[in-house]
Amino acid sequence: MIRAIAILLGFQLAGEVTARALGLSLPGPVLGFAALFVAFLVWPPLHAMLAETARGLLAHLSLLFVPAGVGVVGHISSLGAQSAAVLAAIIASTALAIAVGAGTFVLVDRATRR
Amino acid sequence: MTDFADIWSYLAQGPLLWLTATLIAYLVGAWLQKVSGTKPWVNPVLIAVALLAGVLTVSGTAYETYFEGAQFVHFMLGPATVALAIPLYDNRALIRASALPMLAALVAGSLTAILSALAIARALGVSGDVLISLAPKSATAPVALGVAEAIGGSPTLTAVLVILTGITGAVIAAPILNLLRIRDDRARGFALGTASHGIGTARAFQESQTSGAFSGVAMGLNAILTALIAPVIIRLFT
Repeated sequence: MIRAIAILLGFQLAGEVTARALGLSLPGPVLGFAALFVAFLVWPPLHAMLAETARGLLAHLSLLFVPAGVGVVGHISSLGAQSAAVLAAIIASTALAIAVGAGTFVLVDRATRR
Repeated sequence: MTDFADIWSYLAQGPLLWLTATLIAYLVGAWLQKVSGTKPWVNPVLIAVALLAGVLTVSGTAYETYFEGAQFVHFMLGPATVALAIPLYDNRALIRASALPMLAALVAGSLTAILSALAIARALGVSGDVLISLAPKSATAPVALGVAEAIGGSPTLTAVLVILTGITGAVIAAPILNLLRIRDDRARGFALGTASHGIGTARAFQESQTSGAFSGVAMGLNAILTALIAPVIIRLFT
């Protein structure tokens, strides 16, 4: 498990360094995620080393957002008088984006499979 | 015997209390979700956040103090993002075979998220930096903050809007997708990741590994697409 965490952190670190060195707007962990996927393709045994720890971590992905969520509660007041309108826009646009995204996926999948 | 106030002032200093509280609040949320029969609106993040915010208010604890303990949990977001490569690799054949529907859903979902948020908010009278900060709300937090800064929004405000969008998506996705009778795990996960980044992806993993894998890919792709198109779209609205 320690080895797996060291590898994950190593890829995150490499991602952070690359993003900063090249001035990319992508976050380091996202680059690390892409690099790790490429590493699996190049050297498949790496996958087995990480699989168990990664599944454990991802099974509780929700937990990791709790501290940031608590931070949001204190800042909702910064929306001021516009908070109701902003909340309505977030709820409606997220609902639309999910419906349109999933609908498009299903339609294009059907159209291209034939 | 030591006074309760002394014990409290000792605990309030270190990270132990709020780290433990974060884990317990999450376990309570996860347990409530389980006994509710995994109803989507009984969301563990939402419950844990509400419980902790209540405890912080009642105990008069500052968020900075809380975060000293909670930062250990928060820190794991980085390695967890990297770990998304594992389900991606497990599902690589399925993902390769779904390239076209993924690309179409990414563009449609991302455009809908940005355009509809700006159009609805503006119609309801939202303007200025609040409106601008709404544009990148569906992208994962670090990217959204960068985009907000680049287009003249407020990073703090964007962080709030990003988290609200994530929780909203995690709560409403299943009822909407069930209503539309979309049962394809790939489509469900992908739409969730596009619209509500990591929090949506966490929810997708509760549905299935496939759904989670597609959601993780969508989150990564939408981070890139939002960084490219949000600055262009915002010019139409300001």
